[in-house]
Amino acid sequence: MIIPMALLVITLTWALVRIAPGNFYTQEKKLPPAVEENIKKKYGLDKPWYQQYGIMMWNVVRGDFGSSLKYEGQTVNEIIWRHFPYSATIGILAYVLALLIGLTAGVIASLKQNSIFDYGSTSLAMLGLSVPNFVLGPLLVLVFSFWLYWLPPARWSLAGLVLPVVTLAAIYAAYIARLTRAGMLEVMRSDYIRTARAKGLDEKTVLLRHGLRGGIIPVVSFTGPALAALLAGTVVVEKVFAIPGLGNIFIQSVLNRDEPLVLGIVAFLSILIMVFNLLVDISYGFLDPRIRYE
Amino acid sequence: MSETNGTILSVNGLKTYFQTEDGVVKAVDGITFELKKGETLGIVGESGSGKSVTNLSVMRLIPEPPGKIVAGDIVFSGIDVRALSIDEVRKIRGKRIAMIFQDPMTSLNPFLKISTQLMEVTRLHLGHTKDEAYAHALKMLKLVGIPDAGTRLDEYPHQFSGGMRQRVMIAMALSCDPELLIADEPTTALDVTIQAQILELIKDLKARMGTSVILITHDLGVVAGMTDKIIVMYAGKVFEQASTKELFATPANPYTKGLLKSVPDPAHEQGKELYQIPGLPPDVAHLPPGCPFAERCDRATDLCRQQYPPFVEINADHHSLCHFAREVYAESVAEQNKQEL
Ligand SMILES: Nc1ncnc2c1ncn2[C@@H]1O[C@H](COP(=O)(O)OP(=O)(O)OP(=O)(O)O)[C@@H](O)[C@H]1O
Ligand SMILES: [Mg+2]
Repeated sequence: MIIPMALLVITLTWALVRIAPGNFYTQEKKLPPAVEENIKKKYGLDKPWYQQYGIMMWNVVRGDFGSSLKYEGQTVNEIIWRHFPYSATIGILAYVLALLIGLTAGVIASLKQNSIFDYGSTSLAMLGLSVPNFVLGPLLVLVFSFWLYWLPPARWSLAGLVLPVVTLAAIYAAYIARLTRAGMLEVMRSDYIRTARAKGLDEKTVLLRHGLRGGIIPVVSFTGPALAALLAGTVVVEKVFAIPGLGNIFIQSVLNRDEPLVLGIVAFLSILIMVFNLLVDISYGFLDPRIRYE
Repeated sequence: MSETNGTILSVNGLKTYFQTEDGVVKAVDGITFELKKGETLGIVGESGSGKSVTNLSVMRLIPEPPGKIVAGDIVFSGIDVRALSIDEVRKIRGKRIAMIFQDPMTSLNPFLKISTQLMEVTRLHLGHTKDEAYAHALKMLKLVGIPDAGTRLDEYPHQFSGGMRQRVMIAMALSCDPELLIADEPTTALDVTIQAQILELIKDLKARMGTSVILITHDLGVVAGMTDKIIVMYAGKVFEQASTKELFATPANPYTKGLLKSVPDPAHEQGKELYQIPGLPPDVAHLPPGCPFAERCDRATDLCRQQYPPFVEINADHHSLCHFAREVYAESVAEQNKQEL
């Protein structure tokens, strides 16, 4: 299932890059026809489109995306592996932070339904969901770097990671908190929770042993794709904080019409996302015996 | 512990209300009954009459908010349950009073093994070690007649049929040898043949372990062979209260008569459509001033619609909430005599 999906995504990307006006060799000025002819020949662009497609696919299937057109002498794979760790670092940190905050806030909000904490965290979550990254990021920089001088605005260091990670985590934390709250409220009303209480178990045990598993199932289905997206890098956050991650490179490659690099990154990302979806399916089985035994 | 005179549970003037958008739902509105050690009490009534809320109140399991026990006494084995702290209530739940619920499909935790769910009760209340709890769980599964108990213990609820799950619930409820077992419609969700088996099991275990039982049902047919006495509930009130024998033979309330008429009787009237009390139970958030059953009662008069009925004492053990309790009783006695002739 993963492989054909990935190939479809790559085909669509390839088609889009081709249909979009412009090309990688044209700058402001038009090139003399002879030079253009030469370039086309060198990169095989003189062949009919289906042959080009065939060659491209054959390379992709072998995992060989060739060299970047813009950064000459660097293979696409090298470029991806050089920039991916930056995205992955912020991504994983943001993911962990979002889970910690989201799950805790969601569980507490569901326990103290309609309390001040509930209203507070629910409103904060609404805010987190409605304030876009490109507003939150600069805002945080303004407050914590330029007013308070607590944290550097953009540097690859531990302190420098704080603001991008928080910016990236905010929206996910908010979403996870909402999912957790709804999931827990639903589960804590269920019959088997009443049974657990009727057995004389204290609320902590009822919640942790009997409630939590069912309550976080909606979160699990969200976190797989979320983690993939976080690892892949988020264009806006990487731009705001000048992080040389995959998102930044991807935008650059699209603007450059750097076809091999665009395809390489898209292929990499789609496989990443699909692998995480698979992991989600597997972890369902761990959480829910009804699925495990089917 | 104070003197209890062989009474295990006495409930006096219990009122449990729910605060809803629609107004105050008087789910239980002044219920009084008493249960002696070793007795079985049946609580009968249509859906929404307050049977579950009564018993959840005894266990202090009413979700608050929106619910609240607003008045009355609940005395279990000499203990004033309403005065207890929640920690003290937890020591009673599952140990001295156990409960089984209507829907065995949803009452067990789908994410935990049967063994885990059984073991946690005895580990909590009897201080069992893991091994002791496991051995005890196995013993309980065998006791309730689950075949191949050894392997089934490590399975999950979805691997059991409805009847088997209810057996697991019973095993769980009885694992600490409780003094009182509350069975809230334990067979309503099951097939007819399974129903009889589960009732038989409860009856058998009760006899063996000497447990007092409250059996809730909306089907008078279920309680007939099981209970010593019955209370009939309607709209949060006790409508009639009598020994099982007397209630079946000579009911003193039109509502009880209606319920009795709607019990399927295999002996005769085969193929005839089953009687149903006309209309629907009232909305307990907006009750009229008179008798709450008046709208559906075939002998209701203006008096019934305007004045709340008295709780008439037919004899020491037989009471009925009806303006015409004595007349209805007299009719029942007359019918009874005619049948015996
Ligand atoms: N959590 C709640 N919030 C609001 N109203 C409730 C709540 N629980 C019960 N009630 C109301 O209390 C009334 C009595 O309900 P209860 O569950 O005791 O009925 P029952 O006699 O057990 O009926 P059934 O045969 O359907 O189980 C109903 O009108 C119900 O709507
Ligand atoms: Mg009920």
